Amino acid sequence: MTLDWQHFTPWTSLAGGILIGLAAAGFALFNGRIAGISGIVGGLLRPVSGQTSWRVAFVAGLVIAPLLWRSLAALPPIEITASSWLIVLAGLLVGIGTRYGAGCTSGHGVCGLSRLSGRSLAATLTFMAFGFATVFILRHVLA
Amino acid sequence: MNIVFAALSGLVFGLGLLLAGMANPAKVSGFLDLAGRWDPSLALVMGGAIAVGLPAFALAKKRTTSLLGLPMQLPQSRRIDRRLILGSMIFGIGWGLAGICPGPALVLMGSGKAEGMLFVAAMLVGMGIFEWLEHHRNNAS
Repeated sequence: MTLDWQHFTPWTSLAGGILIGLAAAGFALFNGRIAGISGIVGGLLRPVSGQTSWRVAFVAGLVIAPLLWRSLAALPPIEITASSWLIVLAGLLVGIGTRYGAGCTSGHGVCGLSRLSGRSLAATLTFMAFGFATVFILRHVLA
Repeated sequence: MNIVFAALSGLVFGLGLLLAGMANPAKVSGFLDLAGRWDPSLALVMGGAIAVGLPAFALAKKRTTSLLGLPMQLPQSRRIDRRLILGSMIFGIGWGLAGICPGPALVLMGSGKAEGMLFVAAMLVGMGIFEWLEHHRNNAS
């Protein structure tokens, strides 16, 4: 393993993480809920009375974030290398997997680990391991 | 009021993803590529988020209502079962394929990236397939 010092961004990543933590903490303390994005989005597909507007509001906040950012400064670099069919396949797997496993990087990763949940630790270790393995196969076996 | 706080949480979450580099799929893939030139930045994203989350969730766990008077609805399940592991495996593969997970996907969509819209559309179809399977499973049993 060699470290990629050229792209390493310790301070902005730490600061971004703190903002994510503040958002999740505020959502738990004020709204009494887990800021799990897959759960919030997935819940919109089977609407429950009174549970739709806050979900839409949270999603709208996420979608508006880059618009607000861009009104103040240039957006940070966004590079997407995956082809369209790979994006579609990835989206399908992420949609099914996060709902079946009841969470993603936000719900299990950020909120679950912060709650010291063993269940979320198991989920996080599993999706991290399979993320590492998938990139290994894509970049070092197939490429 | 809870709608305002939900929108604000989503907004701060999204700004955090952008600042952290999580909304850049190339950076996420750089973190997931242990065998290549590894960019450890995203470990610091998780570290920063959990450092703030730990005291907040410790406090939240002690309460039965939120600061807005809403019921505290934290997950109660402790089960580590086949669904949790199999679902997380499928998610991990999808995450690795494109370097995109649900939060960053919505931020990418907002930034006007066509790939973001494509990913979110596919993700919604995937979630719909899950709902359909669940519906049939529940009807069969």
